[in-house]
Amino acid sequence: MSLSRRAFMKATAAASAASAVGIVLPASASNLITAKDQTALKWDKAPCRFCGTGCSINVATKDGKVVATHGDMKSPVNKGLNCVKGYFLSKIMYGKDRLTSPLLRMKNGKFDKNGEFAPISWDAAFDIMAEKAKKTLKEKGPTGIGMFGSGQWTVMEGYAAVKLMKAGFRSNNIDPNARHCMASAVGGFMRTFGIDEPMGCYDDFEHADAFVLWGSNMAEMHPILWTRITDRRLSAKHVKVNVLSTYTHRSFDLADSGMIFTPQTDLAILNFIANYIIENGHVNKEFVTKHTNFRLGETDIGYGLRDEHELQKKAANPNSGKSTPIDFEEYAKFVSTYTAESVSKLSGVSVKKLINLAKTYADPKIKVMSLWTMGFNQHTRGVWANNLVYNIHLLTGKISTPGNSPFSLTGQPSACGTAREVGTFSHRLPADLLVKKKKHRDIAEKIWKLPEGTIPGKPGFHAVEQSRKLKDGDLNFYWSQCNNNMQAGPNINEEGLPGYRNPDNFIVVSDPYPTVSAQAADLILPTAMWVEKEGAYGNAERRTQTWYQQVEAPGLAKSDLWQVVEFSKRFKIEEVWTPELLEKMPEHKGKTMYQVLFENGNVNKYSLDEVPAERLNHDARAVGFYLQKGLFEEYAAFGRGHGHDLAPYDRYHKERGLRWPVVDGKETKWRFKEGSDPYAKKGSDFDFYGKKDGKAVIFALPYEPPAESPDEEYNLWLCTGRVIEHWHTGTMTQRVPELFKAMPDALVYMHPDDAKSRNLRRGDEVKVISRRGEMITRVETRGRNKTPIGLVFIPFFDASRLVNKLTLDATDPLSKQTDFKKCAIKIEKV
Amino acid sequence: MMKNLIIAVVLATLSFGVYADTVSELRKGEIKQNIKPQRIPNVLNTDQKVQRNYPMQPPIIPHKIRGYEINTKVNKCMSCHSRTRVSESQATMISVTHYMNRDGNFLAEVSPRRYFCNQCHVTQLDTKPPVENMFIDMHKLISKPLVKE
Repeated sequence: MSLSRRAFMKATAAASAASAVGIVLPASASNLITAKDQTALKWDKAPCRFCGTGCSINVATKDGKVVATHGDMKSPVNKGLNCVKGYFLSKIMYGKDRLTSPLLRMKNGKFDKNGEFAPISWDAAFDIMAEKAKKTLKEKGPTGIGMFGSGQWTVMEGYAAVKLMKAGFRSNNIDPNARHCMASAVGGFMRTFGIDEPMGCYDDFEHADAFVLWGSNMAEMHPILWTRITDRRLSAKHVKVNVLSTYTHRSFDLADSGMIFTPQTDLAILNFIANYIIENGHVNKEFVTKHTNFRLGETDIGYGLRDEHELQKKAANPNSGKSTPIDFEEYAKFVSTYTAESVSKLSGVSVKKLINLAKTYADPKIKVMSLWTMGFNQHTRGVWANNLVYNIHLLTGKISTPGNSPFSLTGQPSACGTAREVGTFSHRLPADLLVKKKKHRDIAEKIWKLPEGTIPGKPGFHAVEQSRKLKDGDLNFYWSQCNNNMQAGPNINEEGLPGYRNPDNFIVVSDPYPTVSAQAADLILPTAMWVEKEGAYGNAERRTQTWYQQVEAPGLAKSDLWQVVEFSKRFKIEEVWTPELLEKMPEHKGKTMYQVLFENGNVNKYSLDEVPAERLNHDARAVGFYLQKGLFEEYAAFGRGHGHDLAPYDRYHKERGLRWPVVDGKETKWRFKEGSDPYAKKGSDFDFYGKKDGKAVIFALPYEPPAESPDEEYNLWLCTGRVIEHWHTGTMTQRVPELFKAMPDALVYMHPDDAKSRNLRRGDEVKVISRRGEMITRVETRGRNKTPIGLVFIPFFDASRLVNKLTLDATDPLSKQTDFKKCAIKIEKV
Repeated sequence: MMKNLIIAVVLATLSFGVYADTVSELRKGEIKQNIKPQRIPNVLNTDQKVQRNYPMQPPIIPHKIRGYEINTKVNKCMSCHSRTRVSESQATMISVTHYMNRDGNFLAEVSPRRYFCNQCHVTQLDTKPPVENMFIDMHKLISKPLVKE
């Protein structure tokens, strides 16, 4: 229907006269409300709930509801911008099916693994949890207990969970979903530099002359950083953008050179570039001599599958991260076989494009920024891929200076802040410390005021291993918070679902919404989200940001932090510690786990007087002290003076975040460079202080084939990933009508010729089949992703199309991160 | 509270199968089940403006954009929505914010940081969201005290 302006005016004049009868008009009778007390909105700040970019958001509340959000002009990250998801943050908390009560599977009023979900009280929920945890402790000991957390946990939530698991239950079986997301990046950093997280920062975007995307679709997955690259590329004509991927996606719209390579051959391309730099005399000899060492890594390391898997048995050095020192000549010889011609043949990228790309790195006048996300990290040689990209930056000395930046992007809002910095991994402790090292455990036990020997020295089960151990019945009490692994985890048919439904196991899932994981659980806990609680996130450029609670959570929903802390009250310390351990600190006898972990003089140091009176802060008021500040400050003690310095907690509430290390009140933009990093020694020029000798490592590592490749029967590659409209498994964004209607279904994106040769047309219903399972969807041949012949793409956001029924749980043997980008499938018409 | 309880009970009674497995509103079926997909919906092409949820929300695109290129050579959207084209096209002019650079200064043309329209503006497909959203428009909240009970 279309109405002319005149007709519309006539129609509405009559209507407003009629409606005015039932309305008390204000004194200034008008169809506009202008009174200040009515129109004023309460504005506050919070980091975005979604990706690792870490945009700052202005949040408007009115009458206890979030009513508007927009990009924060004051934030150096996004300067007023948001992506489409970010602009709809206002609506993510208001899906009609928010969980507002704990739900337990019951039959005849009692827990039953095969019962139906029924609402229970928090008291009853903690009762059954404590009963099941205590039973497991008795039967299996601490290793029977596990927790699966998140790079979307707040810093405090992750930190409290680490304490609960590693010091309370004395189990290292805690891992975050970030294991699926950037464990390979961590492995790369630790191996090359000895210290985690990028040396550069987002300021590099405005300084670089060239950008190279290695397996990252930033246009959709880091949209605001993409606006900064777009700004730079289109406003400075000399700037060039190179995009490498296994299929064409939106980032190619800005590419000066787009390159489609055969899956896994990125390893060979990286080695070719190193070879080109050496052969053409572009090695920055002074930098390399002064600041690097060379090492040869062990090869044929397997695929992180179960030990009895054929591929694991075939590997010569399964899971080996060992390496031996070599010299520059040996390294040069190692990469010399990676010629333009041979790598072109292997990868499918033309010789001309390969040489052009290599010149970008080789030319000393071009400042180059490399960016990568899941293409490198979700890779059975992910740590190697990370090592190899650092190689080319180190050979040319293009690192740690404005615009010269190998930059590992993170997927989640606090993958850096919570997963990596707090160390919520099964092998880690805060500030890069490792459970394996006695000295590191000592540090943690001292800060936590716990007896020596509290933290077990053996790393726990990592993400994929947790699924396997649940299935095998070795892990029996399992608590999952702030993630949806039954949709996002690999191989859910064979390894995910059987574990959750194993009758020996009790599975607890905390979430704001009923997710696929919640569906598979035994107990669902309703969870407060985003600005319904106070928290802190750490983004991909080491920027820590905090926010205040701004609205109340609905019904009985409570934050993950409150849940962890409350649960710890259900255990006497005698129930979780051995008598020998308790004997070392007899003053803890008779205390609860809560008292030992959280009323330790650190966490409860700051009184409620420090919580601004007008602030809600449910969690602090529940325990009677400023819980978030106490946790943050105790945690910060790990990193201060050790290269991970955080500012005092209160300052973050005033800033749009600060990049650590924050020394003498100042943030650090470029690490390892004398003059910009206070930790770089005077006279060093560059100081890679994560390594004892201050030198970064250049690794000789080869191309090795993927775990599973297409064959005659399973004749297509499957690559999975995300889309701009949805965050991960769509739990929040599929409940925003505008985002749902923009991208309702996960389709299979395929080449028109691949469709034709299978007698398929766009829109046809198809069965996608792998060796592990099948799913049904429809064919898209003209969507935003244009795949080459032989490869299809399916996103994982769609709760109704579980693409992870198909994927293989092969991981990088070093980082234990799953390769979600490569497995073999076939497609049949339904 | 009562309402919450009702929701939970309704969720519980929806369950069936070997173990109750349909707590999710988004996914209407057991995890093992492969749910039949809807036909690929058409893009809504009404050209009718849709009310925004709040003033800062980027307007959705009320028309088809198939074949609209945005790359280093061309931006098809701007051939109708740029300031200099709206008298011919009668399309909505892009927001003034789109002329601002990172520092908030206005440029003579659209800021390159706003170049890729599809990072904020999306079309809508002709399909029904499975879960209702209870977001309340601020206009409703401020109008409330004026209505006679």
